[in-house]
Amino acid sequence: MMKIRLSQQVIVFILFVVLFVGFSAFLPGFFRSNNLLTLLQNVAILGILGLAMSIVVIGRGVDLSLVASLSVPAGLVLQMVQYGHSVPAALAAGLALALAFGLVNGWLIAYADVPSLFTTLASGLFLAGLGQVAFFKIDVVQWSAALDGLAVIGRGTLFGIPTPVIMFGLASLAVALFLKSTRLGAYIYAMGDNPNAARVGGVPVRPLIVLQYVLAALIGAFAGLVLAASINSMPTRIFNSTLIYDVILVVVLGGIGLSGGRGGVLNTIVGTLLIGTMLNAMTILNLSYSAQNLVKGLVLLVAILADSFVNPRNEETAQQGDI
Amino acid sequence: MSDTLLKLRYRYWPDHLLGEILSKRWTETAIPVFVLIVVALVFSRAIPGFLAPASLGDTARQFGEIGFVTFGMALVILVGGIDLSVGSMFALTNFCALFCLNILNWPVPLVIVATLVAGALLGAVNGILIGYLRLRAFITTLITLIIYRALYDILILEHSNQIAAAFPDTPLWNFMGGGDVFGVPSDALLYAALAIFGHIFLTRLRPGWHISAIGGSRRSAYNSGIPVRSVIARCYVASGVLTAIGALFFAARLGTVGGDIGTGLEVTVLTAAILGGISLGGGKGSVVKAMVGTLIVLLITNGLTTLSAPGGVTRMVLATILVLAAVIDIRWLKNRHRIISKVYVSPTYHGMPALPSTAADSGTPFAQNDRLRRATAIGVGRIEAPEDVILDRNDYLYAGSRQGDIIRFFPPDYERMEVYAHIGGSPLGMAFDRKDNLYVCVGGMGLYRITPDRHVEKATDETNRSLTSVTDDSRLRLADDLDIADDGRIFFSEATVRYEMHEWPVDGLEARGNGRIICYDPATKTTHTALKGLKFPNGICIAKNGQSLFFAETWGCTVKRYWFAGPKKGQVETVLDNLPGYPDNINLASDGNYWLAMVGMRCPALDLAWRMPGFRRRMAKRLPVDEWLFPNINTGCVIKFDDEGRVLDSLWDLGGVNHPMITSMREHRGHLYLGGILNNRIGRYALPDADPTFVQYDVRWGKQH
Repeated sequence: MMKIRLSQQVIVFILFVVLFVGFSAFLPGFFRSNNLLTLLQNVAILGILGLAMSIVVIGRGVDLSLVASLSVPAGLVLQMVQYGHSVPAALAAGLALALAFGLVNGWLIAYADVPSLFTTLASGLFLAGLGQVAFFKIDVVQWSAALDGLAVIGRGTLFGIPTPVIMFGLASLAVALFLKSTRLGAYIYAMGDNPNAARVGGVPVRPLIVLQYVLAALIGAFAGLVLAASINSMPTRIFNSTLIYDVILVVVLGGIGLSGGRGGVLNTIVGTLLIGTMLNAMTILNLSYSAQNLVKGLVLLVAILADSFVNPRNEETAQQGDI
Repeated sequence: MSDTLLKLRYRYWPDHLLGEILSKRWTETAIPVFVLIVVALVFSRAIPGFLAPASLGDTARQFGEIGFVTFGMALVILVGGIDLSVGSMFALTNFCALFCLNILNWPVPLVIVATLVAGALLGAVNGILIGYLRLRAFITTLITLIIYRALYDILILEHSNQIAAAFPDTPLWNFMGGGDVFGVPSDALLYAALAIFGHIFLTRLRPGWHISAIGGSRRSAYNSGIPVRSVIARCYVASGVLTAIGALFFAARLGTVGGDIGTGLEVTVLTAAILGGISLGGGKGSVVKAMVGTLIVLLITNGLTTLSAPGGVTRMVLATILVLAAVIDIRWLKNRHRIISKVYVSPTYHGMPALPSTAADSGTPFAQNDRLRRATAIGVGRIEAPEDVILDRNDYLYAGSRQGDIIRFFPPDYERMEVYAHIGGSPLGMAFDRKDNLYVCVGGMGLYRITPDRHVEKATDETNRSLTSVTDDSRLRLADDLDIADDGRIFFSEATVRYEMHEWPVDGLEARGNGRIICYDPATKTTHTALKGLKFPNGICIAKNGQSLFFAETWGCTVKRYWFAGPKKGQVETVLDNLPGYPDNINLASDGNYWLAMVGMRCPALDLAWRMPGFRRRMAKRLPVDEWLFPNINTGCVIKFDDEGRVLDSLWDLGGVNHPMITSMREHRGHLYLGGILNNRIGRYALPDADPTFVQYDVRWGKQH
């Protein structure tokens, strides 16, 4: 046993600093204000998704459908405005879609007892298919001028900081408040730690699970709007990318164990910074998309391995069919 | 009038079949098969020529390719995991085969071996991570999915042009890709062979059982000595190899390395496995289920493609089916027992004549008294559940016990006791044969024999299977009482074929003829069912004439006589009808008549309920078991009747103070010994006017010295 207990979050932060300094020193073009701003901007979306994922993971679940809830509701808003619907109506429709999606996910996981990985894998496919079939005419939905009032959430800067980063900060603050200062947040930790004990202790486990997935879907939709505002469109084929692995990486590397009940917003931020740095460096190094995926996959594998040693699965509370 | 209709409806409508069919394991496979038929019908209506031979041949070829992958997935799910990397492994092994063949120009057999090894290696990565390092299967294979896919993308970037340029022309390769035997595609042949092997492997071979055991309960499997980690790892290797087989045929058929080969295959295959009924979480699944699931998914995807539905629709349909199948599977697994227990109990109409009076001043032979209360107790607190008692010709007293022992008490005071023999199960009725063997009916086990040197042997535990019953009734569930005919044949009753021993009150609630009388012939060692459809047949006693036996039907409240020999052979006639209680064991009395134990007394409430099957069904569905109607067993009663069916006398322990629920009695040297299945004692009642030299063994088999 180590005498000085380094928490994973500290290790990851040190790793981030080392990487950052290393890249700054040896990678031409890394330590430039332009690049750093891009880095932050790219990382912001990932970070917001990471927040959504962390709520779910702390409650001992996983949401693989986050990318679908990022692309489809936001895409729907953009598409509706393009068709000439009013902005409030479009926003309401997008919100309703995200809400309904979260509710269905949560219901399937909480009340129908389908494992979360499995549910969200299928429901993500479903939502992406729905978008493809019913909502979008072409794969990239353009940002209409009518929406420009909303563009502040993702475009431009505030005090020199890109607004997506500010949005990430605001979302972090909100999620941190929710997790640390509300009773529901405490319940989610209790549930992730030991669902059966939480249930016996009077925690409404099933409604809470639904709440988690609803929150995740809503945060995902918010991230989608920020993304759309910042790049001026919604590329709906993003669902086919490996973005979801980046999100899992953020959460696991940040130190939120997949066995639930541990970690918080700070972990997500640290994880986001590390992954953002890594991705940015790989882009600068001009690695191909496939090579990037390969590196990400290997890093993720190592992270999961480390996670399984640091946070071993609790055989007492692991359930049959928990795969 | 309505009573008659009710009677007819319950007489001829087989209510009990639903529960019995649902209890069968094959109903779980029947549902996907039904879905398959529906899907095939719907598409063959919508698409002309959907089930035409040419189209079917194409489907069969694809079926083979995907089918191998589904087998791998099924195996991994069965062991309690999941393999999402099959799509990428498929792409990589497809590449490997084409690379070896087109670029390295290896001979086809070597290509096959190399591809299979590649598949095994890719699977081994998963296997080591999940089996030995105990990572989560889902997330791990999700990661290997992207790693393998990235590898594939990098590889095809370099080699796709070279592969596309070459056209290998070898007979074996062409046969794999497009050949057939009598119209059956090559891969479908191998698939069928593998399916047969897989079925035998999973159901008949030890490694296959290990896989199901680990999936069912990993910890129990570990505790029972199964090498859990290596078995799990090997399942993933097998998944890789099976995927490689599918990829080989795919490579031989198309010979391309397009970018989207194998993408989404994992969802297709997963849907197939879950839809077929292979339970997520492990332990339950079969080869047939995997095949049926693959067929359904293939028909749906092919049908949708033929109907030129956009890709998104196929995606949505697959996702919906996947979740629906998972929900149904999980809910079914969770509630199966509850559903079966709700529909299994199927009460039937059982009308009985008005209850005869047993009042003390009624003047009938049933007039209540308290004579049995004077009985002294043997072995109080030292014996549990002596259902039957018997004495041998040396005055030893034998009784069964709850622990599965035969207890022997020593004469003359029956204070000292010993365990005479241990059988197990619940020893019930007992009888000595001519050679001093003690035959015992053991609830849950069958008919057993204890030789004079205390050796326990199985006589029989099965009978002929009836052709019309849904449940397998060849095994003996509740052998109850027996007697031995002069020729050595043993007739014994099996009270019910639908319930276990501790559920006997439930059988009473059902009041269906679930019991039977079975004959075992020690000379030929054969067993056959003599009579069936009896309402809880219980006590059996060979009549004095040696050609017939009396048997008591507990829920029928009757004693009947069955002729097993002589001119009336095969006939059944009623001897005692409309008894005031539920008859149990029958034994000889010293005056040439018969003793009959009453396990409980009838009461108007249950009599009324027996005429109202709907009421009892509602009770069985809505109330917990311990709140169901229960026969009154708080009274002890023994009656005496003669060959003509006249009741002569009755002995009572009215409040059941010392001897409630008497299930058996045995007369011996002027005393009546009383057994009760829920009692902690054996009663000994001095009969005032009995023959003090009466020994049942001697009467039955003649005095021996």
